Amino acid sequence: MNHFVLHDAHDTVAVVVVEGVKAGAQLNGWIMDDNKHMNMTARSDIPIGHKIALKDMKTGDTVIKYGVDIGKVVAPIAAGEHAHVHNIKTKRW
Amino acid sequence: MSVISKSTTFQGYRRENGRVGVRNYVLILPVDDLSNAACEAVANNIKGTTAIPHPYGRLQFGADLDLHFRTLIGTGSNPNVAAVVVIGIEEGWTKRIVDGIAATGKPVTGFGIEGYGDHETIKRASKVAKEYSQWASEKQREACPISELWVSTKCGESDTTSGCGANPTVGNAFDKLHPLGNYLCFGETSEITGGESIVAARCANDRVRDQFMFMFNRYQDMINRWKTDDLSESQPTKGNIAGGLTTIEEKALGNIQKIGKKCTVDGVIDKGEVPSHPGLWFMDSSSAAAEMVTLCAASGYVVHFFPTGQGNVIGNPILPVIKLCANPRTVRLMSEHMDVDCSALLQAEKTLDETGDMLLECMLRTANGRLTAAEALGHREFVLTRLFESA
Repeated sequence: MNHFVLHDAHDTVAVVVVEGVKAGAQLNGWIMDDNKHMNMTARSDIPIGHKIALKDMKTGDTVIKYGVDIGKVVAPIAAGEHAHVHNIKTKRW
Repeated sequence: MSVISKSTTFQGYRRENGRVGVRNYVLILPVDDLSNAACEAVANNIKGTTAIPHPYGRLQFGADLDLHFRTLIGTGSNPNVAAVVVIGIEEGWTKRIVDGIAATGKPVTGFGIEGYGDHETIKRASKVAKEYSQWASEKQREACPISELWVSTKCGESDTTSGCGANPTVGNAFDKLHPLGNYLCFGETSEITGGESIVAARCANDRVRDQFMFMFNRYQDMINRWKTDDLSESQPTKGNIAGGLTTIEEKALGNIQKIGKKCTVDGVIDKGEVPSHPGLWFMDSSSAAAEMVTLCAASGYVVHFFPTGQGNVIGNPILPVIKLCANPRTVRLMSEHMDVDCSALLQAEKTLDETGDMLLECMLRTANGRLTAAEALGHREFVLTRLFESA
C-alpha cells in the first residue's frame, strides 16, 4: 500500500493518498518517476491529499515538488509534519 | 499499443463546412439578456431545441464586445450544433451574429424583438425552430477518422491527486492523439504561474513561444493591477486548498501535466479564437471552469477532458464534458459526477498508459453518443468571459 507519493526523488514534500493518517503512523511512499519506495513516520495527522514534509525545513527554504520550486517556507517544518498554507506560501504574488 | 490508431473512426455528424460534431443541437441563442425570456419560451414550445440564456450583450464595447460576438458566433458555429435561431432586442447585432454563424453553411435565422414584442417574436421564431428541429432530427452519423475529433481540456476543483493522477492521464491521452493530427487545446493562463518556463520550452518554435509569453505576461499584469493580497482562496481556490494544494506554483505544475510528456505547443489563440491547423493550442483563458469550457466550445472543440480532484460538477450546453478523477474519496462520495475513475494510479494498480487508454475509450464512447455524467445530470453551464465593465 502506498500511503504517500512523490514525483521526483529530490522532492521535499509528498502527497498523502490514503485517508486516516495519524501522527506516529509508519508510512510507505512511492517515488513515481523512479518507481522506487521509501518510508516516513508521520508527525501530524494528515488528511488525504495533503502534504507531508520529507525533511526538516526552516523559514525561507524553497519547497521542492515535481523537482522544481513550488514556494517558500514561512514557518519551520519538521520532517513528517503536515505541510500546507500554515507553513508554505507562494513566491509569485 | 493504444486503444486508438490512425485507422480508428467514430460516428460523427458531418456539417456543411466539413467539420464533424458529436452532438446535434438546435440552439435558441439570445444576443442579449433581454432576449432570454423569448428564447426560453421558444425552447419550451419546440421539443428538440436548447436555449442558452446569459446575462450580457448590452453596452459592451471594444475588445470586450468583440469577445462577446466571437463567443456567440463560435458557439453557434460549433459542429455539435445543427442549426440556430438567434433572438436579440434589435436587428442590427442580431444580424451580425446570424451572418457569423451562416458562414459555416448551417441553417440560421435571426429575430429582433423591438417593433414586434415577445408574443410575435416567439411565434415567428417557434415556426423556424420547429422546421430546424425536424430537419436536424433526420441527420445521420457517419464514420469519420479519429483525427477529425477536436479535443479540449481544463482541470477544475483540483487537488494534489490531480497532479499525481488525473492530469497526467489527460497528458497520456494527448500524447497519443497529438501524432494522429487532432486539434487539441489547453489554457487557464494564470494557472501556469510557476510552470511557464516549462510550457515555453514545449513551444514548437520561437514565434509560438513569444505569443505564449505575451499572453502569460498580459494575464500576470492584469492580476498585479487588481490584486489586494496573494490571491490565496481565489487562485488557488478554497476547494483546491481544502484538497491539499498550497501554492499557485504547485497547482501549475499539476496543471501542466495535462500536456503530457511529448506534445509540442503548436499555436496560441486568444479567448474563443478558432485554431487554424492541427496540433496542441494554448488558448488564453480564465481558470474559472465554466468560463474556460464555454470558450473551448466557441473555439470549435467538440469533446472536453475535465480532470478533477475535489469534484467539479460543471458541464456545457453543447460540449460534452468528460470528468476523470484520481482521488478515491471524491470518486466514492461524488460518484454520479464521474466518467473515468483513475484512482488506481495512486496505488500503482494501473499504469498511466492504462488510464490514458481508459480516457480515450470514454472519449470514443462519448463521441459515438454516450451521455457524459454532466450531460445526464443536466449541467449546462454557459458562462461568458468579460474583459471590463459595460459603458
